[in-house]
Amino acid sequence: MTRIWKHRLFWPIASLLGLIVINSVARPQFLSITMRDGELYGALINILRNSAPLMLVALGMTIVIATRGIDLSVGAVMAVSGAVALTVIDNAADPDNLGTVLGAVGLAVLVSLALGAWNGFLVAVLGIQPIIATLVLMLAGRGVALLITGGFITTVNSAPFSYIASGYLTVLPFAFFISVAAITLIALVERRTALGVLTEAVGINPEASRLAGVRARGIIWGAYIVSGVLAGVAGVIYASNIRAADANAAGLFIELYAILAVVLGGTSLMGGKFSIAGTVVGVLIIQTLESTILFLGVPSAQSPVFFAIVVVIVVMLQSSRVRRGFARLARLRQRRAPDGGPPPDVDPDLEPKRTEVAA
Amino acid sequence: MPATTPPLAPARDELPPIVEMRGITVRFPGVLALDGVDFFLRPGEVHALMGENGAGKSTLIKALTGVYSIDAGTITIAGEERVFSSTADAQAAGISTVYQEVNLCPNLSVGENIMLGREVRRGGVIDWRATHAEAQKHLRALSLEIDPRSLLSAHPIAIQQVVAISRAMVLESKVLILDEPTSSLDRDEVDRLFAVVRDLRAAGVAILFVSHFIEQVYEISDRITVLRNGALVGEYRVEDLPRDALVTKMIGRELDDLEALSRTAHRQIDRSGVPVLRAEGIGRRGMLEPADLEVYPGEVVGLAGLLGSGRTELVRLLYGADRPDAGHVSVHGEQARITSPRHAIDHRISFSSEDRRAEGIVADLTVAENIVLGIQARRGWTRKIRKSEQDALVNEYIRALDVRPAAPDAVVANLSGGNQQKVLLARWLATAPELLVLDEPTRGIDVGAKADIQRKVSELSARGLAVVFISSELEEVLRLAQRIAVLRDRRKIGEVDSSEIDLDGLIDYLANEGKGDAA
Repeated sequence: MTRIWKHRLFWPIASLLGLIVINSVARPQFLSITMRDGELYGALINILRNSAPLMLVALGMTIVIATRGIDLSVGAVMAVSGAVALTVIDNAADPDNLGTVLGAVGLAVLVSLALGAWNGFLVAVLGIQPIIATLVLMLAGRGVALLITGGFITTVNSAPFSYIASGYLTVLPFAFFISVAAITLIALVERRTALGVLTEAVGINPEASRLAGVRARGIIWGAYIVSGVLAGVAGVIYASNIRAADANAAGLFIELYAILAVVLGGTSLMGGKFSIAGTVVGVLIIQTLESTILFLGVPSAQSPVFFAIVVVIVVMLQSSRVRRGFARLARLRQRRAPDGGPPPDVDPDLEPKRTEVAA
Repeated sequence: MPATTPPLAPARDELPPIVEMRGITVRFPGVLALDGVDFFLRPGEVHALMGENGAGKSTLIKALTGVYSIDAGTITIAGEERVFSSTADAQAAGISTVYQEVNLCPNLSVGENIMLGREVRRGGVIDWRATHAEAQKHLRALSLEIDPRSLLSAHPIAIQQVVAISRAMVLESKVLILDEPTSSLDRDEVDRLFAVVRDLRAAGVAILFVSHFIEQVYEISDRITVLRNGALVGEYRVEDLPRDALVTKMIGRELDDLEALSRTAHRQIDRSGVPVLRAEGIGRRGMLEPADLEVYPGEVVGLAGLLGSGRTELVRLLYGADRPDAGHVSVHGEQARITSPRHAIDHRISFSSEDRRAEGIVADLTVAENIVLGIQARRGWTRKIRKSEQDALVNEYIRALDVRPAAPDAVVANLSGGNQQKVLLARWLATAPELLVLDEPTRGIDVGAKADIQRKVSELSARGLAVVFISSELEEVLRLAQRIAVLRDRRKIGEVDSSEIDLDGLIDYLANEGKGDAA
């Protein structure tokens, strides 16, 4: 039991709970969930619903980061995906036809897959540094999206398409189920097969993995494809939410929030060991923080500063070095005190802890 | 195991210790790496720290240099109790280390590495010309004539190690820790290093020396501290501790183990059949001149040659780690195209690289994950090895190779070098190879692990495994291999039957064979 705080997900989860507590103290109705017409509503439900795009992008980012890479193009891929989907629906005879919408979404995801494959090709085959390789698409992608929509913000009225972001499946938002499906699928594929551990091996030591016979190229390529596909689905959700393809605003800065979510979840940017569960918690922290800002009525001009301050605090809480520093301070204080009793144990948190997270 | 602390060597005209470590205990998850160890280091002495793999030598050094924090005990430097939380703290206290495996920045120049943080400044900006000149001075002190502006990674490991020592000297440390500094150096380089070490000793620097070369320890040391299984065995003056007593204290069993390992070299090999591997004219421009090599079932072929002779290049080309641009390879008599490690593995060839850290272990994964990595890679990601199968396999190899600690879930980075090497050997044996290529499998590891690995190689080859064995230690090659291919200057110069040659003969061959004919 004393070890619970040593679990690598302890601090991320503690941060999330802390945010929720602050929110519910500030405004008790934060925790309230009401049932209307057989559908649940409330701040917490909104967090689950609104987090879907970031959740998908962050999951892909986790896998890419595990291979020692990074995917900066996810926001641009979202824009392209939204543009493709809406252009198809816009040009269709009947925007309310379910088949049309399914076809549009399918094509959008397919295009995203191709974009992910392009990133993977640059990184895995041509050996270009990931940050540069994906920067290309990050910069060019929004131009491509504008090209697809002809330079306009395409808007549509399509009930089946709107359902993706706004609809409810039984009592919970449909978008939440997309998140859950993606988390489950990624976790199962990574942890029930050997893909996860091989990805980690490639991320930790690419050369040793190659000499051990691991097909590193395929694993890295696959990671960027997964990231592209997930970003594509996120783009569809985003477009569905605003019922428009906004090439400039869709997924803007989401790559940075996704990276933040991955890091908050305890996965190192150095690659290697990764935690799907950690990323999920990281995304929820960010989304809860977003709604905290709304909830507490932080003026919008100051909200980035507020956001940044909270993130810095959370990151520092997770830093074992900072915690060690506090432990040492506490110990020194106790030593100076006349009957301070035995000094507390120093946190021996300097070895890479191996606590397997069952995703 | 309680440390039985024997009376320390009587204090003659000696200075008080500059480093006093008392009751040092370090725990890793599942491992008690150090158990109440005392260690004292005095100014102006060379003090050797001896012990087997996993005895705790590296851990003790890392505790002293702030890499690990200690769970119990005290560290006193020059009379002042210190708590180091980083290597920078230790460096500020005057403790410098040259680690077992070079720990510099390969993408910086030699001069930048040496002078890092001590660059010569003029008016707040770095004067690179003067900085490099200063670096050159320090290099010359070690008789090393290389351009300080050259990239560190452009130099062989032996040179990089000397650069690392120069770096430590720039810091003007009062305590210098040399952790296996000589493992990659040739005899001349060792002599040069020892000359510098003696100078430093005369200047009052306290030197902690770790080496697996017992002769070198006796050559340079004044005092020896022996550790075993994380506990202190004792501290002795060199003259009070004969070599065989030292080895017995280190391994806790009799010295004869290594000797008892009969020369597998004398086994008769049937070379009438089809060789497991036949390479004809395999080479690559700039790496290796085209060379031939044959390995038969049950045979151990040794590759002898100095560092940089092409022995590593040859096996890398055979394995497809580098792409050959000339020659043919056949496996079991059938033409094979091996242009990547995958192809080699599909032909049941396994290769363990000389660079354990960069090309061998996957540091953050567990022992179990490292062992099954080879098989898992072969099976592909969709067919994950079942937990029960993995446990059985891992436990079997941990037992067979005596990996310590015998903990499948220990992170491999926490193991000592020799145990990491055993994990790698396990990884390759688990893939059931028909040809096993081992490049320096025993470098930088202690007598006990060395004997274990040699014994295993000998045992497996007796059961029909074909082995290519590379080692800088010619005795080892002579002991294990029936046939020895000799390389020099990136060229294979010939083959000798090891039953027809002794150590001196082999050295002579290595140095002189073919020299006369070339003219």
